[in-house]
Amino acid sequence: MSDARAAAGLGAVESIVRAEHGRVLAGLIRRFGDIDLAEDALSEALVVALEKWPVDGPPPNPGGWLTTTATRKALDRIRREKVRDTKYAEAAMITDDTPPEPTGPVEDDRLRLIFTCCHPALAPENRVALTLRLLGGLTVAEIAHAFLVPETTMAQRITRAKQKIKNANIPYRVPSASDLPTRVATVLSVLYLVFNEGYLASGPDADPVREDLCAEAIRLTRQLREVAGALGPQPEVDGLLALMLLTEARRPARVSGGTLVTLGDQDRTLWDASLIDEGHTLVRGCLAQNRPGPYQLQAAINAVHTDALDVSMTDWSQIVQLYDQLMALAPSPVVALNRAVAVAELDGPEVALATVDGLDLAAYHAWHATRADLLRRLGRNDEARGAYDAAIGLAGNTAERAWLAGRRDGLSGP
Amino acid sequence: MTQYMLSVHHDGTEDFESMSQEELQRVFKAVDDFNEQLKAEGHWVFAGGLKPIEDSTVVDGTRAEPVVIDGPFAESKEYLGGFWIIEAADLDAAIELARRGSAACAGKVEVRPFEEA
Repeated sequence: MSDARAAAGLGAVESIVRAEHGRVLAGLIRRFGDIDLAEDALSEALVVALEKWPVDGPPPNPGGWLTTTATRKALDRIRREKVRDTKYAEAAMITDDTPPEPTGPVEDDRLRLIFTCCHPALAPENRVALTLRLLGGLTVAEIAHAFLVPETTMAQRITRAKQKIKNANIPYRVPSASDLPTRVATVLSVLYLVFNEGYLASGPDADPVREDLCAEAIRLTRQLREVAGALGPQPEVDGLLALMLLTEARRPARVSGGTLVTLGDQDRTLWDASLIDEGHTLVRGCLAQNRPGPYQLQAAINAVHTDALDVSMTDWSQIVQLYDQLMALAPSPVVALNRAVAVAELDGPEVALATVDGLDLAAYHAWHATRADLLRRLGRNDEARGAYDAAIGLAGNTAERAWLAGRRDGLSGP
Repeated sequence: MTQYMLSVHHDGTEDFESMSQEELQRVFKAVDDFNEQLKAEGHWVFAGGLKPIEDSTVVDGTRAEPVVIDGPFAESKEYLGGFWIIEAADLDAAIELARRGSAACAGKVEVRPFEEA
């Protein structure tokens, strides 16, 4: 009994810690100017938290407690190691916790940190990894799984990226107005990936939906919108925010009893009406600017879905048209796959399957899952079973795997 | 402040000989102007253009008997044509200087930080 209580307490502590991770770490990096030192200090503070909180309960302000404790750990370490580096010495002399001088329109350490993590001088695959590690607080193992690479490879990437930030002196700040537009596009792609990892979390022990990552991606996108918006309208930033909100709005209906519920089967009364309203308003604003981009088009597709009170009322021809525009603007096999799903509703599964079979996506679980569903609808159950097995083997998300297994087991004989 | 080397690499595709005298003069002038700006803005440490790669000599003094041979060091199409050593607040500042240097010398520039002294 007491073991169970302690275990529950530990889970609660871990979720608090994860929610506070990005903000606390970003503050430590700003203060000490050293990512490794900040990370080490925070993990030392976390060890104390994981010992104390399950017994005493978490403090009233867990983020503040973690910051204070980690700061003390970092200062201890600086003194202990007698580091002569002037940067450390200066940091060690700071005794007040007043915020730094304003460096841009938005005062947030996390926003600064994301521009560092998404710096164009870093390799694209390293930007996302670093953002998930430092801001999202994901473990290296979780990130490695999300990118389908061995853990050692991912650890090396993250180490290399941090080393470059330090050696090349990549700044920790919101970029100047002239650099902002190109830098924003880089950040958008990273935020989108962070959101997706939250929405379809990977890992056998991960919750199927990592609400904290979704919330973090949305929060950072809102802030980015404020900063970039000062330079005039940024329809792609609006588009990404709308896309996230319209996706997030469906979250309450998306998982039931540990199993994924697909769009067509969701209880639409569970959808978050205020998020849908906000998303639709943003999409209308984008349309009015008439500067379409990939995020805006994906947001528009989601606006069509969330417009339908029942799946039977979905305007599939409009969705296919929007996918056509998306294919013209940013063609990719994944977009073609999603387009084929809409085509199946409009022209039937056979037409869609012909397209899907022509796509070179055999390493992507959603390709197998889509094939499986089309084959099932065509009554080709034997082939469908094989496709479900392949999809289950590749899917990282527990709820998605459960749903795929349910579908497979529901197939009648060949 | 961090010191960076901004290096200009040639890859063998440049055709300097067919460049007109005016074109060459324009590049020289642009590079001179950029050098003056670096000095005026306090970024300048050192800079230089190098003679053709064929004029290089390789010396190996790691053994008892030094070996001296005709260069270049590496049989590669790419070679260093010239460089600036600058001081900048951070990588963003160095990248902006590299952008200006690249435009002036009409070639790509590699930005590389020095080990801290």
